[in-house]
Amino acid sequence: MTGNGVIHMKFSTFWYNVGQGLKNIWRNKLFSLASIATMSACIFLFGVFYALGVNFTEMVHSAEEGVAVIVYFNPGVTQEQMDAVGEEIGKRAEVASYDFITAEEAWESFKKDYFEGREEMAEGFANDNPLANSAHYEIYLNDVSMQQTLVDYLEGLEGVREVHQSELAAKTLSDFNSLIGYIFVGVIIILIAVAVFLINNTVTVGISVRKEEIAIMKLIGAKDNFVRAPFIVEGVFIGLIGSIIPLALLFFLYQAIVNYVAERFQFIGNLVSFIPVTDVFVVLIPVSLLLGVGIGYIGSRMTLKKHLKV
Amino acid sequence: MIQLEHVSKTYQQGVPALNDVNIKIEQGEFVFVMGKSGSGKSTLIKLLLKELEPTEGEITINGQNLSAVTHKNIPYFRRNIGVVFQNFRLLQDRNVYENVAFAMKVVEASTKEIKRKVPLMLSLVGLAAKYKSLPRQLSGGEQQRVAIARALVNEPKILLADEPTGNLDNTNAWEIMHLLEEINERGTTVVVVTHNSEIVRKMDKRVITIKKGVVVHDGKWGDTHEV
Ligand SMILES: Nc1ncnc2c1ncn2[C@@H]1O[C@H](COP(=O)(O)OP(=O)(O)OP(=O)(O)O)[C@@H](O)[C@H]1O
Ligand SMILES: [Mg+2]
Repeated sequence: MTGNGVIHMKFSTFWYNVGQGLKNIWRNKLFSLASIATMSACIFLFGVFYALGVNFTEMVHSAEEGVAVIVYFNPGVTQEQMDAVGEEIGKRAEVASYDFITAEEAWESFKKDYFEGREEMAEGFANDNPLANSAHYEIYLNDVSMQQTLVDYLEGLEGVREVHQSELAAKTLSDFNSLIGYIFVGVIIILIAVAVFLINNTVTVGISVRKEEIAIMKLIGAKDNFVRAPFIVEGVFIGLIGSIIPLALLFFLYQAIVNYVAERFQFIGNLVSFIPVTDVFVVLIPVSLLLGVGIGYIGSRMTLKKHLKV
Repeated sequence: MIQLEHVSKTYQQGVPALNDVNIKIEQGEFVFVMGKSGSGKSTLIKLLLKELEPTEGEITINGQNLSAVTHKNIPYFRRNIGVVFQNFRLLQDRNVYENVAFAMKVVEASTKEIKRKVPLMLSLVGLAAKYKSLPRQLSGGEQQRVAIARALVNEPKILLADEPTGNLDNTNAWEIMHLLEEINERGTTVVVVTHNSEIVRKMDKRVITIKKGVVVHDGKWGDTHEV
């Protein structure tokens, strides 16, 4: 009988307080709606951030697994000079393998990647390879830690215009990723604060509307938790609704975007592959629910501590 | 049993609202508390409910020293005391039945118990037929009956009434007093704060009179009296 949690309540008492909590929400529609909307925005942004984040990470990851270093040549460099560079590359211990890609091959491969199914668009370039200077070596390393050394060496070779390394691309991607990360985290923190503030207000209004009822309850012999429970229910329920709505929205949106991109941009389908919706939501659903319910619970607990002297 | 020993209560640096009060009320007694406005009657009631702490002195109820009742145990302590007020303090958005059931829900009684006891209580106060009415659809006397039913449904040993007839006409006031007397005859200790000296005189019970926080009379009305 001296249990100090909602969990220890009798079933009938529990459901009574759930009912009272829902009644609070209903009586206080405007504030409740504002709280739910803010909470939804918060969870929605969190979900967008998460979905973008995991997809970015995945892309960066697959980029890193690809070609390590690419060597481009100055215009006018002869095939002999390029062959000589190829020989030098072959001598390096850190090189696992390397391929020479001619300008024609590069163009064919580009056409295949970007104009698949609409080859007619590429016809205009038929006699004028836009990638005329794109003959290059693709080098795969057996020791990634030696990449910088190899790049430095290659840049010093005769006729070499440019050395690309995927690490650079990867780094740019992850820089971008963390910038977005900071922005999102900032916005989410602000929204959490606003959500907590609104839940505070909602519960405060609820307490003042039920002031007399609370006073009578206490005189009759209600335990502190009994008095508090409807307001906790109120906060938790706002959090619950405020996370279910954005989760549903995100779920359909994510699927829609994946389908849309797959249909409309078939030619980049090979470059951008989305993580399956189930893989994203198996994490997103529990985390979002926890976040929403947690914010609701903490928000109402804070308010009760401030405004309900039991 | 209710016992106050040298009890004083002073609100922040004011004159004492109660000053060295000594009262002993036995289980099963019926006691009136009288006194002019501001004499300290409601303060006394609040002390007995542990809504307020005495500045000095000891209060013992049913063998329990109130200063030893921890915050956590206040709810259990209060379940032994029923209380009614001048303005009834019913929940306006709930009907008669729900108002009485509310008191049982608050102490976490089972649904089965509630369904059994609320109708019994309502017929005791003569309101069984109006169980579906909202407070505003009832007369003052009827509302006070609901409040009494609510106070008694958890079977407290003590009933405190702070001017229960203050808002009622003479007929209704008498009906409420007779109801309180009936409740007292069933064994409940009843303490009634009132201004109605006509009723007090006619009922011929023990009267405690307070004047500016001091008990100036304690006994039957007939004994030398002055208010
Ligand atoms: N919360 C409070 N803070 C400060 N002073 C108070 C408070 N409550 C009551 N008092 C003062 O204490 C004294 C006793 O008040 P109390 O309410 O006990 O009187 P009462 O006998 O019930 O009067 P009434 O017949 O008008 O209800 C009064 O002087 C009142 O002004
Ligand atoms: Mg009073």
